[in-house]
Amino acid sequence: MNLITDLQNSAPEAALAIIGLAAVLIGAIVGEGSRLLIRTIAVAALAGAAVLAAQQYGSGRLEAFGALYVATPFVAFAKIGLYALAAISLLVSGKSLKEAAVDRYEYPLLILFAALGGGVMLSANSLMTLYLGVETLSLPSYVLAAFRRDHVRSAEAGLKYFVLGALASGLLLYGCSLVYGFTGSASYDVIAEADLSIGLTFGMVLIIIGLAFKASAAPLHVWTPDVYAGAPTPVVTFFATAPKLAAVAVFANVMFSAFNGHETDWSPIIAIIAALSMIIGSLGALTQSSLKRLLAYSSIANVGFALIGLAAGVEVGASAILVYMAIYVVGTLGLFVGLLTIRKDGEPLDTIDDLNGLAKAKPLVAFGMTVLIFSVAGIPPAAGFWGKLAVFQAGLEADLLWLVLVGVVASVISLGYYLRVVWAMMVKPSDSTLDRSDWVEVAAVVGASVAVFPVLTITIQSLLDAAASATLG
Amino acid sequence: MELTLNHYVGLSALLFTIGVFGIFVNRKNVIVILMAIELILLSVNINLVAFSVFNGDIAGQIFAMFVLTVAAAEAAVGLAILVVYFRTRGAIAVEDVNVLRG
Repeated sequence: MNLITDLQNSAPEAALAIIGLAAVLIGAIVGEGSRLLIRTIAVAALAGAAVLAAQQYGSGRLEAFGALYVATPFVAFAKIGLYALAAISLLVSGKSLKEAAVDRYEYPLLILFAALGGGVMLSANSLMTLYLGVETLSLPSYVLAAFRRDHVRSAEAGLKYFVLGALASGLLLYGCSLVYGFTGSASYDVIAEADLSIGLTFGMVLIIIGLAFKASAAPLHVWTPDVYAGAPTPVVTFFATAPKLAAVAVFANVMFSAFNGHETDWSPIIAIIAALSMIIGSLGALTQSSLKRLLAYSSIANVGFALIGLAAGVEVGASAILVYMAIYVVGTLGLFVGLLTIRKDGEPLDTIDDLNGLAKAKPLVAFGMTVLIFSVAGIPPAAGFWGKLAVFQAGLEADLLWLVLVGVVASVISLGYYLRVVWAMMVKPSDSTLDRSDWVEVAAVVGASVAVFPVLTITIQSLLDAAASATLG
Repeated sequence: MELTLNHYVGLSALLFTIGVFGIFVNRKNVIVILMAIELILLSVNINLVAFSVFNGDIAGQIFAMFVLTVAAAEAAVGLAILVVYFRTRGAIAVEDVNVLRG
């Protein structure tokens, strides 16, 4: 129980924090000249953190700092994805940041600290650590949304995200204080043993509201389309992948470890949130002409699908959530990087009509995005189908037939807008010329599409096994 | 009359409600929203310290110190974003925050 073992057991976060602070110093001393150096450091640190998280995955339950911090295989699984996605989204954003004139040295640092916050909240075993992690993730996110300072849409996105995010954090925190007061401890282990009282119920509901906001589940999704539409696309590439995965996983982790004893009480709430998210996400996306708004509604719907696994409970649902989110975020990452490549005279384009004729202009990107859309929509044989199958199976095993039926209907509705995008890319004629895309971006789109089909389709069983063994610990 | 835990929790609930209403009802100025957010965080602190004292558990008071720190950071970030917004838009009235429509 000394500092060295604590730091060893919390290695991914400890390393990120130390390297991040060192990089802040370098940036402050050297100034803008250190952009490339800091970007390299941040990518390397995030990749290293993913490797360290992979080691945690293999070593069972690790405790640190008086069990305020706990790394179980479940959270280690999510952390691998979180850090790897943060590193990749940083790697692909170089060119578009430069063209938007926001290539500053703070950018990689903010991503690094946001990812650190995500890791801390995942590994939290106390409401105090949870809150600090959530805020460490949120505060850099607000700044990132407003990162294009001279741009009114970006500034407004930042302002909206800040106000609504702070309100959600406040609700989460008030819930934490009630749970702490009525159970006598902030530790998940003690809370799990406590009997249900009126204060605990109130606190639990407020915590659910706060976490549902962070995961952008309906009815707390209103910020998502506005923030995605206003924030710079490289930033949204990050928002839609790494923090999304972390938020859903932390939602599951809190419900499964702190409130596991009251599953029959919270499961109906989660089921309603999941159903609302799927319906609102699918219907909302139908009428959008902006691609970023469309993908925002699509992400709301997809969080709803993942929450079916949460409503199903820990035995059948936990691994399904991990599988679903892992496949989904790979698809989303590719789609947003594909969006990054669609620029004209250095300005990012954002409507579905701008995709017209993409199959001729950029055949690799268009083909990759088509595969990714099929995966996100859940059309077999792409990997997304197996993710959806896993959550639907979990829902059926937990006797949530109505929820699964809502999910099936939402999937069918969602085909309407997914196919509209494919139609624009493949069939409609082009009317303008786009900028040349960076090879890193094209490689990322193609890589993500190869990952969802055929790589993950073939190795789906090992992914299912990995997720299942992660939830046994 | 002796002050019991209920008084503290009641006061905290009242301040929390004022804070939440401050965000939703206020249509004039974004600065007021920042104040309402501070009010929410401070109401939580009353809760935490009161529970900590009445439960005889020090963790709540440590939690309250962390909340104070986060509140300071949040106010700094919030004001910085507000300055950025004011520079691009030239106004901070809540009604004017409408370039992006949901």
